[in-house]
Amino acid sequence: MATVRVQTEPFDVAAEVQALVSGRTDIGAVVTFTGLCRDEGGTLSALELEHYPGMAETEIIRVAAEAQQRWPLNGITAIHRYGKIMPGDAIVLVITASAHRTAAFEAAEFLMDYLKTRAPFWKKEHHADGSEGDWVEAKDADDAAAGRWREDM
Amino acid sequence: MTELNLRYFAWVRERIGTAHESIELPGDIATVADLLGWLKTRGPEYEHAFEQTDVIRTAIDQTHVPHETPIAGAHEVAFFPPMTGG
Repeated sequence: MATVRVQTEPFDVAAEVQALVSGRTDIGAVVTFTGLCRDEGGTLSALELEHYPGMAETEIIRVAAEAQQRWPLNGITAIHRYGKIMPGDAIVLVITASAHRTAAFEAAEFLMDYLKTRAPFWKKEHHADGSEGDWVEAKDADDAAAGRWREDM
Repeated sequence: MTELNLRYFAWVRERIGTAHESIELPGDIATVADLLGWLKTRGPEYEHAFEQTDVIRTAIDQTHVPHETPIAGAHEVAFFPPMTGG
């Protein structure tokens, strides 16, 4: 029931929402989350997203299946891009659909928290001044965000 | 001797200088931690990549595993930094 894609191409949020709800009358709430590339105050010219082909899809499907077990969802779409992404462009999309808003909101947040710590993607910065950029460091805050879902299991 | 495919990602890949390689696994290596320890002896680039083994994440056949996991039967072992997607 989950639609999971790992791709270089941009995605169309409205078209993805339409694809999820089209022809259905049982869905009362759709939540979308879109993650964008920031320019960090003009210092960053692009992000390079590296991924582990195969495992990236598998991990996202695993996280989506866990969300479906925990909340009464009518559908999930998760799309993660890789390759070079310019500031202002989208990196990740999560859409959750449910009969009621609480499940859709919570599941979307859960999916993003788990994607950040489990899906094998890595970001490298390209600096606007042309100098070699660094790999983005994982944040303890992301682990803490994923960890809070463990307590109420 | 067993052949094993190794994959490296992000700064682990950059420090080692390759994205993947096949190795003949020495018989006395039982776990991912043993493999990490052995890889570190293969040259300065490996030593640099794995200087802080506690930050290195590992996957066996595309599933996350802790370092103490046995590697018997594995086809592919991957080493990478903490993930920064999303």
